[in-house]
Amino acid sequence: MAEFTLPKNSKIKPGKTISAANGATRKKKFSIYRWEPDSGKNPRLDTYEVNLDNFGPMVLDAMIYIKNEIDSTLTFRRSCREGICGSCAMNIGGTNTLACTKSISEFNGDITIYPLPHMPVVKDLVPDLTNFYKQYASIKPWLQTKTAAPKNTERLQSKEDREKLDGMYECILCASCSTSCPSYWWNSKRYLGPAILLQAYRWIVDSRDEATTERLNKLEDSFSLYRCHTIMNCTNTCPKGLNPAKMIAEIKKLLVSRLT
Amino acid sequence: MKSVKRPLSPHLQVYKPQLTSVLSITHRGTGIFLSFGALALTFWLISLAVSEDIFNNFHQHAISWYGKLFLICFIFSLFYHLANGIRHLFWDAGFGLEISTTYISGYITVVVSITLTLVTLFLGGVI
Repeated sequence: MAEFTLPKNSKIKPGKTISAANGATRKKKFSIYRWEPDSGKNPRLDTYEVNLDNFGPMVLDAMIYIKNEIDSTLTFRRSCREGICGSCAMNIGGTNTLACTKSISEFNGDITIYPLPHMPVVKDLVPDLTNFYKQYASIKPWLQTKTAAPKNTERLQSKEDREKLDGMYECILCASCSTSCPSYWWNSKRYLGPAILLQAYRWIVDSRDEATTERLNKLEDSFSLYRCHTIMNCTNTCPKGLNPAKMIAEIKKLLVSRLT
Repeated sequence: MKSVKRPLSPHLQVYKPQLTSVLSITHRGTGIFLSFGALALTFWLISLAVSEDIFNNFHQHAISWYGKLFLICFIFSLFYHLANGIRHLFWDAGFGLEISTTYISGYITVVVSITLTLVTLFLGGVI
């Protein structure tokens, strides 16, 4: 049964407010979710008021500024700062996205930042993605073949077959979509979630892969795939503009069409 | 290493409602309400079959303000669930899954179900 409220140890308390925008004309408040494993206290929401002239245009720029100049204990993942590594996925202004590609100017008022929703928190904005990665491994995200490898070439693909992977190879596994999905919130142990299902479909339609039947069999139970109720939060939130909901619908179609 | 009980990050509490997600949960809500409506409909038929007294008793409740409210909700649920159900059928066939089309079909669902509800209530003399 789904738990709609937060457990007692997860309720968010008000935190401190730090202003570092004295005399600034372009001010902005960032309220950020904080939790320290060693404190034994509940998570809190700290607010930092900053001068927008001090850093770049993206939410990640603000966060790096806050960490460097105001509060070095602020913890978050980031790496490439250009939307290709997927490390800085978090809930910004109510939807999941990458802090590095989200422009501050898209928000009118204060900006509130939480970790990816319904995940165990390691510290501050760092969620524990162990289950997510386990589920990714479970779909065997590699090329499986039965026939012998061609002698003098690689396993080649026609241009058309390669195009079937468009809209999927771009996925960076940032987990924004999966953690935006209410179905995944309530059933993350057994439902694979949009990101992993998009990846599953990526291998199902790969013309070089020879384990299509096994892959489809693996998804054919009442939870792995069919907990998708087309809520569309995944596609709405994907920072790469992909459409996991459509890929899930395509898997469902394949499962139905092979019955006939 | 000492194991710590990790907090769960906020979800429903902070996630911004989207048109698509609101319509989705409404589909479920109306579906549940329809089963209550089916019960009421069954009671009505039973009262009709059993005796005039019981029917009159049921009728008094049915024409009260809460009876009418129930009826209005039931009719809306019926049309909403129907319209959104058709939307789901298109999705199941693989059509209309782009964000732009889900928003268009979503607005159409809302307008159609409210219009049909009002027309029915008007023709039925409820309003």
